[in-house]
Amino acid sequence: MNLTLHVWRQKARNTTGQFVTYKATDVSPDASFLEMLDVVNETLIEKGEEPILFEHDCREGICGSCGMMINGVAHGPIGGTATCQLHMRHFKDGDNIRIEPWRARAFPVIKDLVVDRGSLDRIIQAGGYISVNTGNAPEANMILVPKAVQELSMDAAACIQCGACVAQCPNGAAQLFTSAKVAHLGVLPQGQPERYERVVKMVEVMEEMFGSCTNYGECEAVCPKEISIDFIARMNRDYLVAQFRGPRSTILPPLFNTEEELVTNET
Amino acid sequence: MELNARIPAGPIAEKWAKARFDYKLVNPANKRKFDIIVVGAGLAGASAAATLGELGYNVKCFVFHDSPRRAHSIAAQGGINAAKNYQNDGDSIRRLFYDTVKGGDYRSREANVYRLAELSVNIIDQAVAQGVPLAREYAGLLENRSFGGVQVSRTFYARGQTGQQLLLGAFQALERQIALRRVQMFNRYEMLDLVVVDGQAKGIITRSLLTGAIEAHAADAVVLGTGGYANVFYLSTNAKASNATAIWRAYRRGAAFANPCYTQIHPTCIPQSGDYQSKLTLMSESLRNDGRIWVPKNQGDNRVADQIPESERDYYLERKYPSYGNLAPRDIASRAAKEVCDEGRGVGSGGRGVYLDFADAIDRLGRPLIEERYGNLFEMYADITAENPYQSPMRIYPAPHYTMGGLWVDYNLMSTVPGLYVIGEANFSDHGANRLGASALMQGLADGYFVLPTTIGDYLVTQMGKKVPTDRPEFKAAQQAVEERINRLIGAKGTRTVDSFHRELGSITWNYCGMARSAEGLRKAITEIRQLRDQYWREVRVLGSDEEPNQSLEKAGRVADFFELAELMCTDALHRNESAGGHFRVEYQADGEAKRNDADYAYVAAWEFQGDGEPPRLNKEPLEYENLHLATRSYK
Ligand SMILES: Cc1cc2nc3c(=O)[nH]c(=O)nc-3n(C[C@H](O)[C@H](O)[C@H](O)COP(=O)(O)OP(=O)(O)OC[C@H]3O[C@@H](n4cnc5c(N)ncnc54)[C@H](O)[C@@H]3O)c2cc1C
Ligand code: FES
Repeated sequence: MNLTLHVWRQKARNTTGQFVTYKATDVSPDASFLEMLDVVNETLIEKGEEPILFEHDCREGICGSCGMMINGVAHGPIGGTATCQLHMRHFKDGDNIRIEPWRARAFPVIKDLVVDRGSLDRIIQAGGYISVNTGNAPEANMILVPKAVQELSMDAAACIQCGACVAQCPNGAAQLFTSAKVAHLGVLPQGQPERYERVVKMVEVMEEMFGSCTNYGECEAVCPKEISIDFIARMNRDYLVAQFRGPRSTILPPLFNTEEELVTNET
Repeated sequence: MELNARIPAGPIAEKWAKARFDYKLVNPANKRKFDIIVVGAGLAGASAAATLGELGYNVKCFVFHDSPRRAHSIAAQGGINAAKNYQNDGDSIRRLFYDTVKGGDYRSREANVYRLAELSVNIIDQAVAQGVPLAREYAGLLENRSFGGVQVSRTFYARGQTGQQLLLGAFQALERQIALRRVQMFNRYEMLDLVVVDGQAKGIITRSLLTGAIEAHAADAVVLGTGGYANVFYLSTNAKASNATAIWRAYRRGAAFANPCYTQIHPTCIPQSGDYQSKLTLMSESLRNDGRIWVPKNQGDNRVADQIPESERDYYLERKYPSYGNLAPRDIASRAAKEVCDEGRGVGSGGRGVYLDFADAIDRLGRPLIEERYGNLFEMYADITAENPYQSPMRIYPAPHYTMGGLWVDYNLMSTVPGLYVIGEANFSDHGANRLGASALMQGLADGYFVLPTTIGDYLVTQMGKKVPTDRPEFKAAQQAVEERINRLIGAKGTRTVDSFHRELGSITWNYCGMARSAEGLRKAITEIRQLRDQYWREVRVLGSDEEPNQSLEKAGRVADFFELAELMCTDALHRNESAGGHFRVEYQADGEAKRNDADYAYVAAWEFQGDGEPPRLNKEPLEYENLHLATRSYK
């Protein structure tokens, strides 16, 4: 098939960018979106033009490197896939495709389709971990984790930190990302001691850099890992508990149900 | 060059304990006086950097990714082994040790493997404490599955995303140390050279991938956890940016390169479909727990799978290896697939594929259970091929996946350059000539969490007060060499893209140094690689400048190193006149199985750089088996 691409080209952070039109010819329907761009780039180089810069690595939808707005939608038209997993069979001959970088205040453009997502690491640095030094761990089966709790934790931990949620959000908010990490650790027994302290620290850093959540729900719709927006509600609840109770929340009985009960109620 | 493996004396089960007692310790107050550079933040690098930070050292960690969490380790799917014996199925540290040495076709160092098996149990404890959501049984206890080459269930997993989850554990530990300012993180920095001062590793030269700035960084020790080199084949299951530059530059500075020809071709990958293809996708080995591999009995049988009756199918692994069946080790399963395809019994376009069939498993266990176990892999397969693996069998074919070879290290994980340590896939240590599934994650984390942080102190105490500043001539010279090389690549101003050369190099290495190798083919490969390399330096085209993000330039440097490495791989493969594990020389086989030659080749081949255009020097570390009996592998 033959396609017309309108690609955002921008030399550097503080230069102005523009859309440039390219033809992609003889595209195989089995090629991935990035492989289609590879071929365009090879032709550009042959013609002596600089290739389009885009980020990618694993090409299996797991490293979270890739990501672009494809016709205004983060990672393109097919739900639950990252750009690298999007196949050209979902487009048709003659299509026009508009390709832009993530657009969010917290993600400044570096060049072309590459942005700086370092702000997401800063949220993790604020508390997205369990404070256990190497060697400090008890025997693994001493910690019992109900299967449903482990599955729930895993649903949240599947986040690949690609930033699509932020890019699609009209407010540029990072609630889905942050809440996924808060839930991954916060529902597990191992994560209880720091649960409330963690949510407060992470939310504070998040709010410094990102917009606020007004429940558009666009994040969930474009998430390549289909992370549920329910995690945002959980995060808000934990944050609230921490606000009421202060840093000692953890040693008091929770205001609401325990995790185990919540999971059982849901399933 | 003297190869001293520094294996502690005494019975194998006591060596590690003895070593830990014998190592000199750095007292807590002195730790912060030592600077350590860690290059890489995959499972090996991230676990090492975090742990060194926790111990109180000053750590600088460099990655070419925009975040440490994107390292290639993130893509590991199937699982991680540990000798917990939770299944009460006869597992033990000794059995994991035995399986790994046997799986490696008796070409690994006993003492290292034993230590790996011992530490495997601590890794699972550590990961669980960090909140890694490993699969659980209904009672809340940890669950296991089986992987190839073993008869017990000792593989721990987190859906099909085990590498991701373990890496997130290590990444989070690392981010915590970054927040505590014990680790300084350098994202989007590529190491382009190692700096050796008076015979010791004292720093690195880096290039910022954002600004192109070339910088020197000094330290008391340098640790490389930079991953494997399977991308020398161009098409592999590795992430696109995985490369050998760090270890190759260290090799050129004096670190011996061990067993470069030991590469692993993974049996279950999605077959190649077109020329535009940029990488191959792995279908986890865990699928072989429930999937059955077969091809039609008759050549040229073009019927669709479900039209071929049971009696006309050849479940060749079950037939040839009845006791391991579909769980035969990778090297054996890959060669068997090639063999049936060479016989004209392959399936799919081009006849380069075999079926991996779940119909029986779905009948026996029901679709929901299969979905729970492998759902994301099935989806991935469907996305790529537009076929539904619940309805028709998957088509798979072997693909380059992992490299057992790497920089030579002693028992302490130190290379032949004092002060340079190598961990994870970048070293050669534990897997011999073939790695068993779910063992790379185990090794990377054993190295990073437990071994390196313990052994490195023994070297550091000798470096007290011996810091060297970056204005030493050695730093200046290395920096200049890096700059000149970049200018040469940009200055070539040729006509061909970097990728087109890489693709061609890949096809030479795959054809002559892939699943089957011969002396004749290898000689041919060496000639072709040299010709192509000369052409590369003349005709490569790198556009743009070196002062901005420039992916062509990044790739160009990496591919230039792959050329040199490919030649060394072929040289090593040519010298090893035997077949062992993943190294299959067609001249040396018995009944289609690899035929080792223990009398002449039971050694590690450690190659030493002698200068451009000079043949490398071969050094040998004899492998002595005191605990296991050198035997011909049998999985029948
Ligand atoms: C698809 C796939 C599935 C796998 N599944 C499994 C499995 O189920 N079980 C298992 O045990 N193993 C598995 N493996 C193997 C395993 O994932 C790898 O061997 C292991 O993760 C390697 O880890 P590492 O830390 O050594 O290197 P990597 O994870 O490759 O990390 C390398 C790091 O080094 C950095 N780096 C490299 N060069 C430079 C440089 N010059 N300058 C700066 N930084 C640099 C990178 O940025 C990165 O941070 C799988 C491999 C693949 C390809
Ligand atoms: S390239 Fe890794 S998620 Fe797309």
